[in-house]
Amino acid sequence: MRYLPKSPSERQEMLAAIGVDSIEELFQTIPEKFRLREPLPLPGPLSEMEIIQYFKDRAAENATDCTSFLGAGVYQHLRSVVTDAMVQRGEFLTSYTPYQAEISQGTLTAIFEFQTLMSQLTGQEVANASMYDGSTALTEAVLMAERITGRNKVLVARSVHPEYRQVLDTYAKNLGLEIEEFGYTSSGQADRKALTGEKLANAAAVVVLSPNFFGVLEEIPALADAAHSGGALLVTTIAEPVSLGIVRPPAEADIVAMEGQAFGVAPSYGGPFVGVIATREKFVRQMPGRLAGQTTDTAGRRGFVLTLATREQHIRREKATSNICTNEALFALVATVHLCLLGKEGLREMALQNVAKAQFAIAELEKIPGVRRAFSGRVFNEFVLEFPRSVKMINAALLREKIIGPLAIGAHYPDLTKRGLLCVTESMPRTEIERLATAIRRILDSPI
Amino acid sequence: MSPANYPAGYRYTKDHEWINVEGSVGTIGITDYAQHELGDVVFVELPKLGAQIKTGQSFGTVESVKAVSDVFSPVSGEVTETNSLLSDSPEKVNQDPHGTAWLIKVKLADPKEVISLMDAAAYQAYVDEKTQEQSA
Repeated sequence: MRYLPKSPSERQEMLAAIGVDSIEELFQTIPEKFRLREPLPLPGPLSEMEIIQYFKDRAAENATDCTSFLGAGVYQHLRSVVTDAMVQRGEFLTSYTPYQAEISQGTLTAIFEFQTLMSQLTGQEVANASMYDGSTALTEAVLMAERITGRNKVLVARSVHPEYRQVLDTYAKNLGLEIEEFGYTSSGQADRKALTGEKLANAAAVVVLSPNFFGVLEEIPALADAAHSGGALLVTTIAEPVSLGIVRPPAEADIVAMEGQAFGVAPSYGGPFVGVIATREKFVRQMPGRLAGQTTDTAGRRGFVLTLATREQHIRREKATSNICTNEALFALVATVHLCLLGKEGLREMALQNVAKAQFAIAELEKIPGVRRAFSGRVFNEFVLEFPRSVKMINAALLREKIIGPLAIGAHYPDLTKRGLLCVTESMPRTEIERLATAIRRILDSPI
Repeated sequence: MSPANYPAGYRYTKDHEWINVEGSVGTIGITDYAQHELGDVVFVELPKLGAQIKTGQSFGTVESVKAVSDVFSPVSGEVTETNSLLSDSPEKVNQDPHGTAWLIKVKLADPKEVISLMDAAAYQAYVDEKTQEQSA
């Protein structure tokens, strides 16, 4: 194939073939006010030294001397330098889109291992080569449920991450999907009783997150029963997959949409991350994204290929299951190496430490007068606390002590003001948890 | 390509589907020519029972090792049966396209619709022309 620009006459020929006069005409669906008529106002070019200085300055803005208790979809976990060394090995630096099995066995083998790990962790039969992130994986899972059931309503728990719900809403807006939300109980769990026969009529999927946005674990088997009783599928999202080291896998879910960042990917600036979709084998043809499969070559040796590509856009065009034509190969590889380093026992130990430290933090913080848990449900490494004062005010005071405090969730839940979401992982030293508790006690003791 | 035996009682479309009408029910499949063009069939996707299908619209897909093709309905009507044999043995489409590898049965909305379709002789001529074009 030649990678040469088209000549003006070739362009005219192509335009004539599709029956338009100009390239401009192809953009007519974009409202006039959004169309760029002049060059973007970008600063002029910089020298190499100026660019290096620019990035040094930006890097210096990082709050590297702060202790953060933020989670809410992005998690600070211990990660090994071994992972970074492994993923930079030359064997993995092959073309990112491994169409050609004969030159991409390294990449394809790694993807196959990734899929295997994800299937085992989620209790599902098949997992894909990865998606962009957890929120887009959730949206693709919902679209998949729509294709499988032929229904177009989606029931989403309000305990699902508000930003995941925003991404879903954005996709749904122009796809004729009808999104209905349902509430949560005093335990912080999705309100199963809201899933009545009437509510489930024409529902393609019930969507939950576990652990949910309040850190509370959902009861997947019971939710699956409720969804199935009305002919809907259960889509389970997981934003904190380290929980799977100790929590029962969501095997009863029909589709699992997961964010894999917690598996060795640094929080960075909120991305890029790595999403996953896992499901039952009978739904594999409705699955979006790349899929590596195991096969044998002409000499009978074990090998790997991209498989079931007929679901994909380069073969099926507009009838493809999704317009995703790639995967997050680098971070899927990071997750694979990270999990292999930890091993089954290591992941379990890591998960246990999250539970232990979170429980210790809850106990320490609940000793402070006026501070108590907002929800009674079982948690993994995140929990919501109710404070006697505004969370914003507490956070401003904490920041002076180099502590990034709880996330004020009132912005997303108007009924939950004075509530803050905290995350405590295995990477948090006990002394820092104690420092947080001491600081909050002092802040609340001081006059307003 | 050896001359295929296109059953005389069937009717055929230009998209290479056949229909065999008995009473008010039509059995639909793809022709020997279609299966030959597709190559080894590995998966057949069929509609749900009770689905309403329309003339000229896709009601399913046949996937081979080299392509995925839509199957277009020769008639309008309601799907009353789908061939469960094909979920485990899609290769039957290659082996017996006019017989055991039928795809769906449809309760016809308008039995007169099939009259406008080709009969076996017309379809054979149509296919011969296609084959000649390809070898030309």
